[in-house]
Amino acid sequence: MVLVLALGDLHIPHRAPDLPAKFKSMLVPGKIQHIICTGNLCIKEIHDYLKTLCPDLHITRGEYDEETKYPETKTLTIGQFKLGLCHGHQVIPWGDLDSLAMLQRQLDVDILVTGHTHQFTAYKHEGGVVINPGSATGAYSSITYDVNPSFVLMDIDGLRVVVYVYELIDGEVKVDKIDFKKTTTSHSAH
Amino acid sequence: MLAEGFEDEDKWLAEGIAGIQHNAFFMHRALDENNLRDALKYSAQMLSELRTSRLSPHKYYDLYMRAFDELRRLEIFFKDETRHGVSIVDLYELVQHAGNILPRLYLLCTVGSVYMRCKDAPVRDVLKDLVEMCRAVQHPIRGLFLRSYLSQVSKDKLPDVGYEREDGESNGVMDAVEFVLQNFTEMNKLWVRLQQQQGPGRIREKREKERNELRDLVGKNLHVLSQIEGVDLEMYKDTVLPSVLEQVVNCKDELAQFYLMECIIQVFPDEYHLQTLETLLGACPQLQPTVDIKTVLSQLMDRLSNYASSSTEVLPEFLQVEAFTKLSTAIGRVIEAQVDMPLVGAISLHVSLLTFTLRVHPDRLDYVDEVLGSCVKKLSGKPRLDDNRATKQVVALLSAPLDKYNDIVTALTLSNYPRVMDHLDHETNKAMAMVIIQSVMKNNTYISTADKVEVLFELIKGLIKDSDETTEDEVDEEDFNEEQNSVARLIHMLHNDDPEEMFKIICTVKKHIMSGGPRRLPFAVPSLIFSSLRLIRQLQGQDGDIVGEEVPTTPKKIFQLLNETIEALASVSSPELALRLSLQCAEAANDCDLEPVAYEFFTQAFVLYEEEIADSKAQVTAIHLIIGTLQRMNVFGVENRDTLTHKATGYSAKLLKKPDQCRAVYACSHLFWVDDQDGIKDGERVLLCLKRALRIANAAQQMANVTRGSSGPVTLFVEILNKYIYYFEKGNPQITSSTIQGLIELITTEMQSDSASALPASDAFLTSTLRYIQFQKQKGGILGEKYGPIKVHIPA
Repeated sequence: MVLVLALGDLHIPHRAPDLPAKFKSMLVPGKIQHIICTGNLCIKEIHDYLKTLCPDLHITRGEYDEETKYPETKTLTIGQFKLGLCHGHQVIPWGDLDSLAMLQRQLDVDILVTGHTHQFTAYKHEGGVVINPGSATGAYSSITYDVNPSFVLMDIDGLRVVVYVYELIDGEVKVDKIDFKKTTTSHSAH
Repeated sequence: MLAEGFEDEDKWLAEGIAGIQHNAFFMHRALDENNLRDALKYSAQMLSELRTSRLSPHKYYDLYMRAFDELRRLEIFFKDETRHGVSIVDLYELVQHAGNILPRLYLLCTVGSVYMRCKDAPVRDVLKDLVEMCRAVQHPIRGLFLRSYLSQVSKDKLPDVGYEREDGESNGVMDAVEFVLQNFTEMNKLWVRLQQQQGPGRIREKREKERNELRDLVGKNLHVLSQIEGVDLEMYKDTVLPSVLEQVVNCKDELAQFYLMECIIQVFPDEYHLQTLETLLGACPQLQPTVDIKTVLSQLMDRLSNYASSSTEVLPEFLQVEAFTKLSTAIGRVIEAQVDMPLVGAISLHVSLLTFTLRVHPDRLDYVDEVLGSCVKKLSGKPRLDDNRATKQVVALLSAPLDKYNDIVTALTLSNYPRVMDHLDHETNKAMAMVIIQSVMKNNTYISTADKVEVLFELIKGLIKDSDETTEDEVDEEDFNEEQNSVARLIHMLHNDDPEEMFKIICTVKKHIMSGGPRRLPFAVPSLIFSSLRLIRQLQGQDGDIVGEEVPTTPKKIFQLLNETIEALASVSSPELALRLSLQCAEAANDCDLEPVAYEFFTQAFVLYEEEIADSKAQVTAIHLIIGTLQRMNVFGVENRDTLTHKATGYSAKLLKKPDQCRAVYACSHLFWVDDQDGIKDGERVLLCLKRALRIANAAQQMANVTRGSSGPVTLFVEILNKYIYYFEKGNPQITSSTIQGLIELITTEMQSDSASALPASDAFLTSTLRYIQFQKQKGGILGEKYGPIKVHIPA
């Protein structure tokens, strides 16, 4: 059982002062094995904070990130799964699932994690799964109205991944989960 | 020389102790034989050792204690008349025949203590007699120990509540009080006299040390007074306190005054202090100017603070005696009187008063403000603080209200708060500002009116703009960034649901950050922009007629503000940030249906792109942001849209690196196809873009051939293929199955050619693309049919 935290689009300090208190109290160091972050933190302080939660931190560059040296895309393997990471402002039209599917094929990954729209989605298609963890602070977005703060926790166990999405709605944390399994062939997840 | 003295003292002490032991031995023998005469003789000789003037108080105490212990045995003997056969009255007479005065008095006190315990004894007279007779010993050390002995042996025989005098006159408590007061007065006089000896510094120091060793002897009297049950509040108020204070003031001795004031405060109950506050405080200005009165007052205030915290029932008492006003006035008088008091002293007094106020009257913000105001007055006329300790005290003064009222808004109502802050040196001022910001963030407080925002920004002005004293090289970059980011985060805590008030807040913030200078703008401006965009969105939701006399806040007005702000940002070399913010505003204007405003923001973005963004990598990101935003615009009429689209595609084709050009150009294809109901769906221009992208990809291949001897990977082609598939599925009539087939074959050929450089990634990319087509074919339905004619061969 491997826990992977996926989050992004915090936009601190431009659009939000801090993570919601309820999220902060849930995110405790030492419980998570990997963190993948879609980008737009935006400052080093937040990078350092995430590093304290888990030293294995992967970030891709968002268009507002202070650090210009984060990569545009990143791929990594966790257990049986190949994961791809990209902020998403590079994929036009923004939020378009077919275009994101193309990126997924290009990166050759089972799970593609992107952000930019600040809207949580988990979409399964022929080539794999596309997950958008939304904005962890509920930051303003020109694309999505009424953004609720959200992040995703993936539990990777063999050929199965359970995606837990945590959303802060009206001051309460609500959790939902989605199951994905992959077949043994290297390319498709169903 | 001194060492010799010490050695001598030890010798003398040893001699004294030996003397006592020697005579005590014989005294014991006399006691065993019930021989009164010998007992008296040897005890008198023993007590003669106490006549020495060669010992320091510390050593004298040693000697005294030994004598004291022996006297206890004697006392037991005295008590038992059957052993010596003399009545206590006669015994009282008898001991006065002792030769030397000191032994005589010690014996007298011992007999007196036995006498007082007897039934129907004239306690009052005995006490009076003893306390008067002790006057005969005027040597400070000897006198103090003698009177201390008197106090010791009499204290449990003092008449208290329930005592009946034989002549039925006024109660015994008064007698006891008078006795103790007199003993105290005499002891204090002796104690003070010890200081009178003039001499060079060393002698004076020695004297002070000796005095300090003796002080508890004097203070003990006050303790005894406090233990007398009959000393109730009234008696304390009418008799005890006035007498004690009279002595304290009149002795005019710095050491005594300081010690005794502290003693009074510690020994008597807080309740009494509260009720006699005026009297107690009234004595303070009368003390010697060198007395450290601020410590005394601080102690008093701390005790009263604790008293207040102990139970809520005592709080009304504080109000009733107007404790705050009295303390405040007293402090003022002391500061005025002691002209040489260092600044740190005056401020720490204020800190104590503030602590008191916050604990006792937390709801009286006017009191709190008054304390701050008094401090401002003290600080005024002086330059900024440069004394570390004084600075620390001021910081303590400012932090206390923040800690007490977790709500920063309360602190904002204290009019003197910013004035106190003004007196801090620049660094500390900034540190204090950070404390304030952190207080807001930690407590999740929202500041909800423009007026309060104004006050808040006044408090943190050290962070927001350069003061007259900063120089460039003083600033540490990391600290600076942290400060500015804090200010940026703070801006999000300024909020009101009412749009009118929120707009006022935004205007206030803008006014302040605009004076921040080029280094600060990039931090604060984004926060301001997004705050404003949130307001605009809120106004969008409130469509309909807004009935009001004034012109209400409209999105247009806010966009004007945004325009100005972004222009200011652009002028201080943050073109990339300014471009992004312009695009955000354009999108918001689009949502508000304001075509000219949206166009204006796009113009701004393009101008920034053309004139300020020269870095290739930055250009790639910027152009994608422009394309992505433009793709979502639905407010533009045909002409405007064409102009902007033309610009976007033009710049895309002019990017430096061919792969970047290719990608930007095929991204532009989406500008001509919007999937919405009313969206533009220009199949021809889409195809033109894709074909152009293909041409660029081809050119890239040829360049690679020329420069590297082998053609580059086919990735770009596969990307374009994916785009063809995208539009094919969306129903672009210009893209047919044969178009797709042709492209697939082109790619396959390219890959298999001699000069191809294989890249596993692009192979995999092609494979998964082909697999996708396969999948769609097999799925059937309308799409399946469309894909029907396309043949794919998926390599193993």
